Amino acid sequence: MNAPNASGWRPSMGEAGEAKFATSSGDYGLMLEEALSFELGSADKCGVDIDEPSRAPAAGLSKFLRKSAPSLPGLTEPETVRHYTRLSRQNYAIDLGPFPLGSCTMKHNPRLNEKMARLPGFADVHPMQPQTTVQGALEVIEQLADWLITLTGMASVAMSPKAGAHGELCGLLCIRAALDARGETRDVVLVPESAHGTNPATAAFAGFKVESIPATPAGRVDVAALKAKLGPNVAGVMITNPNTCGLFEPDMREIADAVHAAGGYVYCDGANFNAIVGKVRPGDLGVDAMHINLHKTFSTPHGGGGPGAGPVVLSEALAPFAPLPFVTRGADGSIHLVEEENAAEGHAQAFGRMVAFHGQMGMFTRALTYILSHGADGLRTVAEDAVLNANYVLRSCEDLLPAPFADSGPCMHEALFSDAGLAEGFSTLDIAKGLIDEGFHPMTVYFPLVVKGAMLVEPTETESKAGLDRFIASLRSLAERAKAGDESLHSAPHFAPRRRLDETLAARKPVLVWQGEPGVPGTPSLSEIGGS
Amino acid sequence: MRYLPLTPADRASMLETIGAATVDDLFVDVPAEARLAGPIEGLPAHASEMAVERHMSALAAKNLSAGTAPFFLGAGAYRHHVPASVDHLIQRGEFLTAYTPYQPEIAQGTLQVLFEFQTQVARLFGTDIANASMYDGSTACWEAILMAARITRKGRSVLSGGLHPHYGEVVRTMAKFTRDDIVSLAPELTADPDDAAVIAAIDSATSCVVVQYPDVMGRIPDLAAISEAAHAVGALVIAVVTEPVALGLIEAPGTLGADIVVGEGQSLGVGLQFGGPYLGLFGCREKFVRQMPGRLCGQTVDAEGKRGFVLTLSTREQHIRREKATSNICTNSGLCALAFSIHLTLLGGEGLARLASVNHARAQQTFERLAKVPGVTILNTAYFNEATVILPRDAREVVRELADRQVLGGVSLGRLFPVADGLHNGLLVAATETTTDEDIEAFATALEAVLAGASA
Repeated sequence: MNAPNASGWRPSMGEAGEAKFATSSGDYGLMLEEALSFELGSADKCGVDIDEPSRAPAAGLSKFLRKSAPSLPGLTEPETVRHYTRLSRQNYAIDLGPFPLGSCTMKHNPRLNEKMARLPGFADVHPMQPQTTVQGALEVIEQLADWLITLTGMASVAMSPKAGAHGELCGLLCIRAALDARGETRDVVLVPESAHGTNPATAAFAGFKVESIPATPAGRVDVAALKAKLGPNVAGVMITNPNTCGLFEPDMREIADAVHAAGGYVYCDGANFNAIVGKVRPGDLGVDAMHINLHKTFSTPHGGGGPGAGPVVLSEALAPFAPLPFVTRGADGSIHLVEEENAAEGHAQAFGRMVAFHGQMGMFTRALTYILSHGADGLRTVAEDAVLNANYVLRSCEDLLPAPFADSGPCMHEALFSDAGLAEGFSTLDIAKGLIDEGFHPMTVYFPLVVKGAMLVEPTETESKAGLDRFIASLRSLAERAKAGDESLHSAPHFAPRRRLDETLAARKPVLVWQGEPGVPGTPSLSEIGGS
Repeated sequence: MRYLPLTPADRASMLETIGAATVDDLFVDVPAEARLAGPIEGLPAHASEMAVERHMSALAAKNLSAGTAPFFLGAGAYRHHVPASVDHLIQRGEFLTAYTPYQPEIAQGTLQVLFEFQTQVARLFGTDIANASMYDGSTACWEAILMAARITRKGRSVLSGGLHPHYGEVVRTMAKFTRDDIVSLAPELTADPDDAAVIAAIDSATSCVVVQYPDVMGRIPDLAAISEAAHAVGALVIAVVTEPVALGLIEAPGTLGADIVVGEGQSLGVGLQFGGPYLGLFGCREKFVRQMPGRLCGQTVDAEGKRGFVLTLSTREQHIRREKATSNICTNSGLCALAFSIHLTLLGGEGLARLASVNHARAQQTFERLAKVPGVTILNTAYFNEATVILPRDAREVVRELADRQVLGGVSLGRLFPVADGLHNGLLVAATETTTDEDIEAFATALEAVLAGASA
């Protein structure tokens, strides 16, 4: 099982290794290496028992048949389970410890949510079943939509966007559609310098020109600079609130009023809604559209990079333009979908469709489960504890690590530090990699761009005080080592499954797929991999 | 509250460290008039695990799940058997609760999976390379069109009438705002796909042609002929695969000349889930790599020379390039990619081929039987596991009447193409390895009764 391939080479057997003691297997106790499935599997193995087909292929299909089976090795079930379980152990995860990635919101993922999403009534229903057979599924969408509308104080919600950036796109297209309906062509979107990269990318994707708004020394949007840019060509602004420096934008209402007076719309990046859920309703601040990352605020699992979900709440002004499909409740009490077939009946202004089918149903069931578990009171505590935890980290470390905006008051759900003041040649990267050796996932590094050497720490509300104290102790220790010029930090991590990886090599000579043939023993030599 | 670890004593001690009297003092930047004094009224308070489970289970019970009825729906989402080990493995906390692998030293599990996934997708599609996933097939399709325009520097795209109408709507919606020129061929109820019309629509201004394979009505286009015509004038071919299991039996699109192959990976490992989350697949020629959207995982070495994997070529992406990025995508479908990859590892190429043969055989059995129902004919010359059945009346009504008999009998073309003329008697019917002899007989019997006008 998972034996070395025939050549005997294992990924751990680096030619330049300096281990004082090498095991013959390449594994070290519970530190287990794992070859690629392509190196382990073979064409004659299969982990699924499949009946013989009852018919030969139809004559009509003969000219389309492939000449041989796809070149993919198979593994039996025990080999498969072991392959992926061994790989899983090379990952850090929330289940193992704090994952304080600022802006990413890595909080505990309740397992009830997983269980509910797997009920056959949700997991095993087809999106195009007759609507009389999926009333419960449509009710999940309706109930979640109601919660999102109420929690944000908005008029409506578009549920279909698949992730945060997709939600941004939905919001900007609603703005485009509203402008079109007014007969106006405004082509500029204002985006603060501190914004997530998705904001300018989305604006460009939606056909807008992007103009940047500077930040004030206090880490907020420069309101005067923003107002100076408003005019008949400005379609709207994209403001992240709380912003990416972990600060609330106190002038949000003033900004919104100015943008509205100039004929534009206010898009709010809701990536940080988890800091204010139950405490503030964005609708009260003049927001026209805001996406909600269900995988952040409402704790659907990040899964190593998705799937997420990005419903977009909308103001009265933008609600008529929400994309298809969406759910409505008829006079007879039944819930139905508004799709292309029936959109003309009262929803003719819908701007179109963003996805096949109805959105991230599996995420809706998880998010609704999370929301019902917390309730209105629990969600408010979520925001309070997230903010409390972040301020605790901020005030526990600011004497050692410069916190550029700490003087202006409390932070929201994340604490921002910079690497100013470390010894010559030491930077944020060294602190981050040092945290890996300490058994923690690093914080977000070098973002937001408005702070040099930024370190953005978001503990979330699901960290205990004891857990935070351990993290703070490690962060303080690393700051002291970096101030003292501890050279061992430059080569950190020392105790991870891999040392620092050569990203330049990966980009200079991209190897994006395995090049060998399945079932053929042997692996590319390191010189082939490295191109040196 | 079972998910919140701070105790009242913790909170008090932390506030003391911070130097704040109350938690509300931390929200001082929020204007007083916008601050809510307490929990929002009219919403329920927190609930126990048992109470929430009861609520959600009651909602789930209102749905007719596919496993409890004869089930023949496809149209871009297919019901396949997913081995138990797939769902077990994707629930390993180290996969489920990890983030995008920005710190590669402690994310080699996810990264190696992505490298294996990219290799599997490329081999399945017959393309040189593939990315680490998109949201779903429809959004991957639009991204492919944008990518083709960047490569060819032309803006005219031809969509086959056999493209899934939701995919077409996504493309037309986006193009309305980006002002790309989209030529959408009309869907036609013909036995063979619209290859000739697609070829006729290609001109020197054409950036790409978008052809679904098999198409939405289950017909199989001649990708080699379309590729030859497109390449002759410098246009690219984008093949769209909504049923990847088909590629166990029919030739890979890349092998037939497609330049970009996108698809929906839901069939393998992911499940129906009422439409999402699904899995966008994206493969292409290696020379186009710097124009690709989405994350890419690449092989490299660490400081000790050990093989390892990293996210690479990120200068294409939004977090580096901002408004000049190839796409705005950030979060993708990582966990669905893992499920797809595990399922495909369990199958292997030979297993996928056998699974595909069983799917096709089950479809043959289904259509042989349906063809015996009075008034019913089968449209397709060729099909994989889905074909179009022509009924004597509007299929939308027939589908509803079948549902009244607890039979989920396919997707009507009228629901898919509400404004197209002449399609409304068409019914898309799919069969997979999960379809039993009893299901087929129950479907045929119910269809006979519905068409005979019997009451349920």
